[in-house]
Parts: sequence; C-alpha cells; structure tokens
Amino acid sequence: MISVNQLCKRFGEHVVVDDLSFSVNPGDIVGFLGPNGAGKSTTMKMITGFLPATSGSISVAGQEVTTESINTRRLIGYLPEGAPAYAEMTVYQFLVFIAQAREIPKSKRSQAIDDVISKVSLQDVLYKQIDTLSKGFKRRVGIAQALIHDPQILILDEPTDGLDPNQKKQVRELIANLAKEKIVIISTHILEEVTAVCNRAIIIAQGKKRFDDTPTALQALSRYHNAISLTLSYMADISGLLEIEGVADLAHDPQHNRITVFSEQGQSILQEVSNFIQRNKLPVETLSVEQGRLDEVFTELTSAPKEATA
Amino acid sequence: MNASIVVFKREFLSFFSTPVAYIFIGIFLSLSGVFTFIFGGFYEREQADLLPFFNYHPWLYLFLVPAISMRIWSEERKSGTIELLMTLPLSTFQIIIGKFLAAWLVLGVCLLLTMPLWLTVNYLGSPDNGLILASYIGSWLMAGSFLSLGMCMSATTRNQVVAFILTVVISFLFILTGTDVITALLQGSLPNWALDTVASLSFLTHFQEMAKGVIRLNNLVFFVAMIMICLFANYVIILKKKAA
Repeated sequence: MISVNQLCKRFGEHVVVDDLSFSVNPGDIVGFLGPNGAGKSTTMKMITGFLPATSGSISVAGQEVTTESINTRRLIGYLPEGAPAYAEMTVYQFLVFIAQAREIPKSKRSQAIDDVISKVSLQDVLYKQIDTLSKGFKRRVGIAQALIHDPQILILDEPTDGLDPNQKKQVRELIANLAKEKIVIISTHILEEVTAVCNRAIIIAQGKKRFDDTPTALQALSRYHNAISLTLSYMADISGLLEIEGVADLAHDPQHNRITVFSEQGQSILQEVSNFIQRNKLPVETLSVEQGRLDEVFTELTSAPKEATA
Repeated sequence: MNASIVVFKREFLSFFSTPVAYIFIGIFLSLSGVFTFIFGGFYEREQADLLPFFNYHPWLYLFLVPAISMRIWSEERKSGTIELLMTLPLSTFQIIIGKFLAAWLVLGVCLLLTMPLWLTVNYLGSPDNGLILASYIGSWLMAGSFLSLGMCMSATTRNQVVAFILTVVISFLFILTGTDVITALLQGSLPNWALDTVASLSFLTHFQEMAKGVIRLNNLVFFVAMIMICLFANYVIILKKKAA
C-alpha cells in the first residue's frame, strides 16, 4: 500500500505539488488525471524515489521512500514519462539488463523475460535495436521492463501515449488483467481510459488534489449525468418537458434538432420523459441516456479557483 | 557489488555496440603511433625505451578521454534513461562505480593494444621492462583521473558538447599547473606553500615521475585520491541535480 502525506515539491519558487495526501490500497487501479504541468509526473517521480520531496512523506508498504529507497524501489515497476530506454541496445539485451538489475535470480530470468515478451507482444522485435523501433513498440518495451519482476506496485506514466487504438486496447486489457491484489497507478490525458480500466480516479490541478473517488462518481458530477438526449425528425412543441418532475433544464440545438433534458441532481428521469413523449406523440428518432461528460467535469474541476474546492 | 557489475556490463557493452569504442581505439592507436615515431623520434633516439610514447600521453588524454566521458551522464539525462536507471534498486554509488570501471576498462584496452610497441622495443634492444610497466600503470591511473573529472562534468549537463569542452578546459588546468609557465606566472603573487600545492596538483609531474620508473607512493596516492574525490563529487552533483 502507498500512503502519501502532505507532499510538497518546489522547484525554486515554483510550487509543483502542494500539500497532496492520498493513500492507495491493493486492488486499486488509480487513474491519475490532471492538465499538463499539474504535478502528476512529479508526484510519480517522488513515489518511485527518483525525486526527493521538499516536504511531506511517502511510504510504500510501510517503508519510507526517502530512507528505504532501495527497498521500496524493489516493490515498484515504473514506466517513466516518454518510456526512455537505452537506444543502442536490442530489446532482448535491454530486458536482460533490467532483469539483472531487478535481481531476478539467473534460474528464473529467462522465464521472466519470456513472460513479459508474450504479455506485451515483443516477439517480432526482440533482436532489433531499440532506437530503430516505432513509438508504439518503444512504449511496449517500457511497459515490459516495468512488469518484468512482477511488481506489487505498478506506476505507469502515460502508458498509452503514442499507441494506435488497437495497441491502446491491448495495454488496457493488460492492466485490467493484472492480478487483483496489485496496486496500479496510471497517469493519462485520455478520460475514457479512466472509466475503461480504473476503479478510482484522482484529479490534481496546480499540485492540489481536486477529486478522489470512483470514475462513476466522477461521471455523476457532470450535469449530463442521467440527462436524456433526443433527436426529433421535425420540430415539435417541447416546452412541456420542463414541467416534468425532476427535470432541471433543457438544451436545444436547432441545427440538428437535438434536445438534451437535464435531470435535477442526476436522478433518473427516463421513465417520466418517455411517458411524456408517448403522451404528446413527439417525433423522436433517437433517445439515449447520458452517462456524464468527463471532459466537462474535468475542465470544471481543474479550472476551479483553489478556494472553492479546498 | 553485484549491482556495480550489472551496470559495468551494460556500459561496457554499450561502448562496443556503438562506434564510440572502435573510433576511440583507432584514433588512440594512430595518434600514439604518430607521436611516438614522428614527433618523439623513436628510432632517431637510438635508445631502447618507450619514453617518446609515454611523454605524449597527457596530451592525448586531454582530448580523447573527454570524448569518452562526455556521454556517460549527459546522454542519460538527455534521453531520460537516468530516471529508469535511478529507480532500479541500485544505489547511486554502485552506478557510478560501474560506469567508471566500464569506461576505464575501455581506456585500459587501448593501452593493452599498444603492446606491439613494447614488443618492438624488446626486439630492438633490451629495455628496462620494469620501467615500462610502471609507465603503463601510471598512464592508466592518469587516464582514470581524467576520466573521473570528465564524469563529473558530464553529470552537470545534458549537453555532451558542453561536457566535452568543460572537461578539456579543466583537464588542461590540471596539466598546466605543473609546467614552468604557470609556476613563473604565479611566483610572487602566491606564497611558496600555495605555489607548491598548485604545482603538486599537476597530472604532468606525477605522471612524469612514474614514467621515470619510480613508483613512489605519493604518485600512486595522488591519482587514486584524485579518482576517488572526483567520483565522490560526481555523487554529490547527481544528488544535487536531482533535488533541484
């Protein structure tokens, strides 16, 4: 388990991480979200022991990252931002080096290497130099080195950046299939990724924590949560929709004849709205219940002034 | 120690999986040939020794060692692999030792490959082989000192060219301090003890003493201490850079 307490990081005058506290338990797959420069990567660098904190503390499995650095590093598999790797080595040489550095005993080394190779499908490029690989393969090499010692804690900084949609799907499945008792922290810009693979979302902005709950709770924050979208074949009188119990607001996009019915406090209004449609014989072509728009919530949470959410 | 060996192996391999080591060895061998036979007058002297060969070593190292050392940390910084390396369960000291030994061994290989010169001298006459061995050891230790200096400079920047130039300039100072030019320049403006201290920091004088066949303890200690101090400074620079 990871526990972060009142963590601060300053570079000169610039505060990057500001009084950040959270803890992560086995089984948590945390999506670490935030705009560029929010302090995601810096926080990850401090957890992995690469950067020292300015103040505050981080403990990994009960051990302080600053004083027991070598021990805590053993427990963590880490994909740094941009998936750096030694360009002049072949994929195989590189994985052997990591396996040796990770103290995997000689007898288990080739098994461990074979396992990660098949997990991230590197068979075809095993004897190629890393700098000749495509961006997608480089990223997968980075993921492979993070997984090689089967770590309890996996910290991946933008694991799907630069991958094509198929590869993204593959990486997400890989993360989802990791043993259930592990801790996974991934940072990402892709909001859908959080709902797809994570069971917890932490949003930070300007170094402060803005949100920490399940992805479903994140969606529930959206005014689109449980809103109903209708497309009409021709314009009809819809003013009555506002009168329905539980309806908060209406949005009308005349160009596409699209109507969004917002619900009050995110409660379900499907029954009421469909009754209304039947009664008034509205020319509805499509109807869908919205889950909530993450990008909107994200913008709202990350641009809010500090005081409002503190 | 095991961790140092892992880093050592990776670094040593990487010298040879890029053209760096081959080019370096090629240039080192041809330049030392040129210096020995053309400038040093190896045959004209008609003496069975390798003095003309060893005399040019400080100047050879001045430019060649920085070429080896400049990439050691700068490249890690530039490519971001430093983050990978330093989140592996390896201590910073182990990494530094591994990196140093790998590059030092490359320099050692260069020296070993000059064997034919030694064979030639032995074929032509009967040189003092003890003296030659002492000179080889002195030369390798001096190379190590240049190298550890270069590693320090490499740790300060992500730019290899900057690392190279800084190393050449500082190494040049360490050679110069022993020459008469500097001693004459500082005479009068510095008290005698300070003058002696400056002069005693010279790679040149320590090496020349060893090349004369006297392995004196103070010369050995000087180079070994030089290497250890630089490697420690390297450690401090890496920590400082990380914290900033």
